Amino acid sequence: MPEAPAETAVAITVNGKAIAARPGELVIDAAERNGVYIPRFCYHHRMEPVGMCRMCLVEVDTGRGMALQPSCMLTVAPDMVVETESPVAKKAQDGILEFLLINHPLDCPVCDKGGECPLQDHTVAFGPGESRFVEEKRHYEKPISISENVYLDRERCILCDRCTRFAKDVAGDTLIHFQDRGNGTQINTFPDHPFASYFSGNTVQICPVGALTAKPYRFKARPWDLDVVESTCTDCAVGCRIVIDGSRNEVLRYAGVDSDPVNWSWLCDKGRFGFEKVGADARLSAPLVKETNGDLVETRWADALTQAARAIKAGLDKNGPGGTAIIGGAHLTNESAYAWAKLAKGVIGTDNVDAQLGDGLPAAMVAGMARATIDEACVAGGTLLVIGSDPKDELAVLFLRIRDAVTLHKTTVVELSPRATSLSEIAAHSLRSVPGAVHELVNQIIAGEGDLAPVRAALANDHLTVLLGRGSMAESAEATVAAAAALLAAFPNVKFLSGLRRANVHGALDLGLTPGFLPGRVTLDDGRAWFTEAWDTVPAEPGLDAAGILAAAADGRIDTLILLGADPLADFPDRELATRGLKGARTVIAVETLLNSSSAFAHIVLPAAGAAEVDGTTTNIEGRVSTVRQKVTPPGTARPDWMIAAELAFRLGADLNITDAASAWAEIERLSAAHAGMTAEALGNEPDGLIVGRTEPDVERPAMVSFSAPAFEAPAVDAYSLRLVTTRRLYDQGTLVSHSPSLAGLAVSGSLLANPTDLDRLGVAPSGNVKVSSPRGAITAAVEPDATVPPGTVVLAWNQGDPSPNALIDAAAPVTEVRLETTS
Amino acid sequence: MAVTDAPKITSSRFDLADGHTIERYVATGGYQGLKAALAKSPSGVVDEVKSASLLGRGGAGFPAGVKWGFCPPGVFPRYLVVNGDESEPGTYKDRLLMEKDPHQLIEGVLIGCYAVGCSQAFLYVRGEMALAQERIAQALNDAYAAGHIGKNIYGTEFSVDIVLHWGAGAYIVGEETALIESLEGNRGMPRLKPPFFPAAKGLYLQPTIVNNVETLANLPWIMSNGAAAFAALGAENSKGTRIFAVSGHVKNPGVYEVEFGVTTFRDLLYAPVYGGGIRHDRELKAFIPGGASAPWLYPEHLDVPLEAATVGKLGTMLGSGAVVVFDEQTDMVKACHRLVRFFARESCGKCTPCREGTSWLEKILERIIDGLGRPEDLDLLLDICDNISVGMNWPPRQTTICPLGQSATSPIASAVMRFRDEFEAYLGGPAEITVQVKGPAFVGPYVHEEATADA
Repeated sequence: MPEAPAETAVAITVNGKAIAARPGELVIDAAERNGVYIPRFCYHHRMEPVGMCRMCLVEVDTGRGMALQPSCMLTVAPDMVVETESPVAKKAQDGILEFLLINHPLDCPVCDKGGECPLQDHTVAFGPGESRFVEEKRHYEKPISISENVYLDRERCILCDRCTRFAKDVAGDTLIHFQDRGNGTQINTFPDHPFASYFSGNTVQICPVGALTAKPYRFKARPWDLDVVESTCTDCAVGCRIVIDGSRNEVLRYAGVDSDPVNWSWLCDKGRFGFEKVGADARLSAPLVKETNGDLVETRWADALTQAARAIKAGLDKNGPGGTAIIGGAHLTNESAYAWAKLAKGVIGTDNVDAQLGDGLPAAMVAGMARATIDEACVAGGTLLVIGSDPKDELAVLFLRIRDAVTLHKTTVVELSPRATSLSEIAAHSLRSVPGAVHELVNQIIAGEGDLAPVRAALANDHLTVLLGRGSMAESAEATVAAAAALLAAFPNVKFLSGLRRANVHGALDLGLTPGFLPGRVTLDDGRAWFTEAWDTVPAEPGLDAAGILAAAADGRIDTLILLGADPLADFPDRELATRGLKGARTVIAVETLLNSSSAFAHIVLPAAGAAEVDGTTTNIEGRVSTVRQKVTPPGTARPDWMIAAELAFRLGADLNITDAASAWAEIERLSAAHAGMTAEALGNEPDGLIVGRTEPDVERPAMVSFSAPAFEAPAVDAYSLRLVTTRRLYDQGTLVSHSPSLAGLAVSGSLLANPTDLDRLGVAPSGNVKVSSPRGAITAAVEPDATVPPGTVVLAWNQGDPSPNALIDAAAPVTEVRLETTS
Repeated sequence: MAVTDAPKITSSRFDLADGHTIERYVATGGYQGLKAALAKSPSGVVDEVKSASLLGRGGAGFPAGVKWGFCPPGVFPRYLVVNGDESEPGTYKDRLLMEKDPHQLIEGVLIGCYAVGCSQAFLYVRGEMALAQERIAQALNDAYAAGHIGKNIYGTEFSVDIVLHWGAGAYIVGEETALIESLEGNRGMPRLKPPFFPAAKGLYLQPTIVNNVETLANLPWIMSNGAAAFAALGAENSKGTRIFAVSGHVKNPGVYEVEFGVTTFRDLLYAPVYGGGIRHDRELKAFIPGGASAPWLYPEHLDVPLEAATVGKLGTMLGSGAVVVFDEQTDMVKACHRLVRFFARESCGKCTPCREGTSWLEKILERIIDGLGRPEDLDLLLDICDNISVGMNWPPRQTTICPLGQSATSPIASAVMRFRDEFEAYLGGPAEITVQVKGPAFVGPYVHEEATADA
């Protein structure tokens, strides 16, 4: 933040030095900004101060004489005089530290926090050398498990209220509490209510002692043996800044970095503990090829690449460029995404490339709409309209930012969803939309009659942001697109925050891993001239998206299908089509870090380097490009994705001219209209990242796409059927969660949620199994009555193993109508 | 007039078997004060109470009328909260006021609401006081039925609802901000002042007046009889009468309503109608003048009047009006330990010095009593006290959020400074005290000020 202008600065004196504080600033912050560190335990600048630990007591004179005051609760006032090192202040700080230490065990040598412990550091810096306490310290069972991933050692706890405040105020999961009183005060959960929060790991990070420790890190390392790189979490598309701590070529933990525009130091547990997949035993470490007996066996890179290139070439000769297709790429770095886009569109010449698996939104919309940052979406007093997204389960840390905006900064949330989500509790208006027809509700709100007048009034805000996602796989994206178009027409100042959740999907879209687009958010036609010059060739016609590719493959029109970190069987909404597509392609090449359910169809598997194993950049929901860094070497001979692309290009007789991530980025900056000016140097100067499309490209570069939506008419509700809605949970049965042991157990299998009145009407027993059938297929699922599910709707969780809703969904149908029958 | 002839203002119905019923209350002049108040403007009522110089009877002794004026103007709703969480050791006057005369309290609440501009009051009654809760609940129902509470009371524009809330039994909830937290449904832990001065940011962060039971119980009489009649009683700023709870080694422990500011400790402890003298006619060793938190007084202070400012100048306080008497046979080390143990156990655990310090003090005293004390323990005790209550000055300068931690230092400072020989006996030999204590003995000699005033 910039210095406060002189006329608004508050003049105070700290230890005899004149300081210009900001209006409303706390004394503890003003002092720290000016080089005077006041010791503290309970104060955390991302949470409301409570003044409990008393460590930050300083002497303050506000005109009535010196008095001891906690500097974390005291706002600066003109002419305030603060003494942080006076004899009285020092004696008080000394006394507090002695009090904190009398019951604190001296088990630092076996404590995970030892070496990075504020209590240790403060004791050295501010505390007495010896304790005068000769009594028995207080004892508790050491440690107790308060959640799947967090241990609590109550003997070490200094009761600073950081974890409990985080749980209650930041996460909204009031599951850990102060209990008992006096010297027996302790933090604990209530029986049978574990600290089952998506955000529990943050309490470990903010604990100022070793009271809360993370099971996955327990006894793994000493802090002074760790070496650290700053990077970006790529488990979802929020793009939280992290540090990767590792030792001896092993990743040991992630910790959140306080990135002001993004994650404020918070991480979700999926991101924090998902580091385990980096070193998972099942990681692919050598290329595999399918033998005639159907087994995948290890081979040399040279053989695998030659075989892959031969397959691509054969397809080119037979069916032309369109015979090769790529699905996936959202887990790649920007550099690798660009390399693959260049290979596909500039070398092979195919536009049948899609980083999304029919589970996202049209690239033309994501790239072409006016984009908001998280800060803009959470602006004080603004309005955030949420469509098709449950941020807590899909973009967990974004939920914390939204929650903060609502609870502390009067941001209004309006939520339109087919069923209640995690935002419903804090939303000013939480409205239920008919599955597949959210645009109809949007049009009604824009008309603003009757009960909807206050909703319309909430949207008529100078700061209106729409968080637009793809919540339910059981409906096509068309209604969402139509809703966005209607909002854009009614509120021209509206901005959009993408709710797409998969890792670097935004980078993949920006860099052309989507049909009809070239790198830099430009269409084939607009960019043809520019890229023909740079690349030699550009596809003639817009290609197929994932659904089109799979359908073409099923019809035998795709010779070579490349899965770029993709699992269509699990992630594509229509499993039947995905299966036919994978079977129908002549050669399936999978570029993967881990085998997944679709790998069984692969003829060639190329092992890729994953998170923490590559350098490069990633792009988040805002379009913010931030760096990812290599911490460890990839397993075996696994290679970065860009290198695999370059090797294939070489075997196809071309040269991608990419020799490392830096050279790829230089080419992106040089060619992309959206990335113009984002040089490596500019990125290096801005650890919080730079936003795509916000610099002015030079005139020669092609124009970026702007969004216009086709008309869409939702199908009428079929009174005999129920409409299927799918929902996501943070912990699913996806490949990455399944290979992180600390997370794998958190995924629960889904049941079919239905409104009790519907069950009653249909004569379906409210327990046991039901047969759920759609025109596409049928599954058997346990049924669970849930009154929060609107009548006419049933809900199944996505990607929670069997029964899986993707057996019911027809990718070509705008909605999924199902019927229920009792099974015997 | 002898001091023992003072009129009964708040305890007039204590001797009536049915003083708690609405019939008896109305028959003995009940709800006339409210009617008198409603005939005035709210600011008129405030002025009346100000001129009566009604000091808060909960502990701090702040003038009630002045406190009412602290609400920021124009900010509504405001709440009146009645602090009925009487838990200071030795204090049991509010319990009797609630059990024996609940309507008097309710009428006081209504007058207070009218003066401050509240339409909602909360009666927070300590969890253990089952009879008080029952009687207040009955009284509230009867008063609602009779139209004393509710909408448009007596046909005026004045409407009030009173909510009865049962505490769960924590000493700390007697502290007003902790009481507010508890009332909001949270764990009873004090809030930091500033910024959470209840008059500005109290219950639900709205302006809130927290008044003691006895304070409010005075209001009907003041309204019926006028501030002048109230102020005619007492001396200095300590006007009217006040109920003192006498306990410990006296012949007649009990609650006594005495004329404030005039009656002396000697009257209270020795007059036959009050304490009746030390039991078994022993000598007085020391007494606590205002609840367990207050620094102690000694026989030379018996002629000090029960007057807030005079006692304050000595370095202690009348506090909650609980006088606890120690006779000559009292083991002061054990007495000190017992008091400290109370505070250690009742510490809410929120802030470090109190949570850790009080229990450390208790452990050291326990060790001394067990014969395992060390000569340096006396200095240690006093230095720990100093780290909780800086300089052990009076009024205290604390490192804690609320005064509970500092309360635990009062008995230690008092006992160690006055009865060092008893500690030395436990320690097995004379102990030297090197820590410089500015306040304690706290308590200085009593000099009758009239002499200097005349000079």
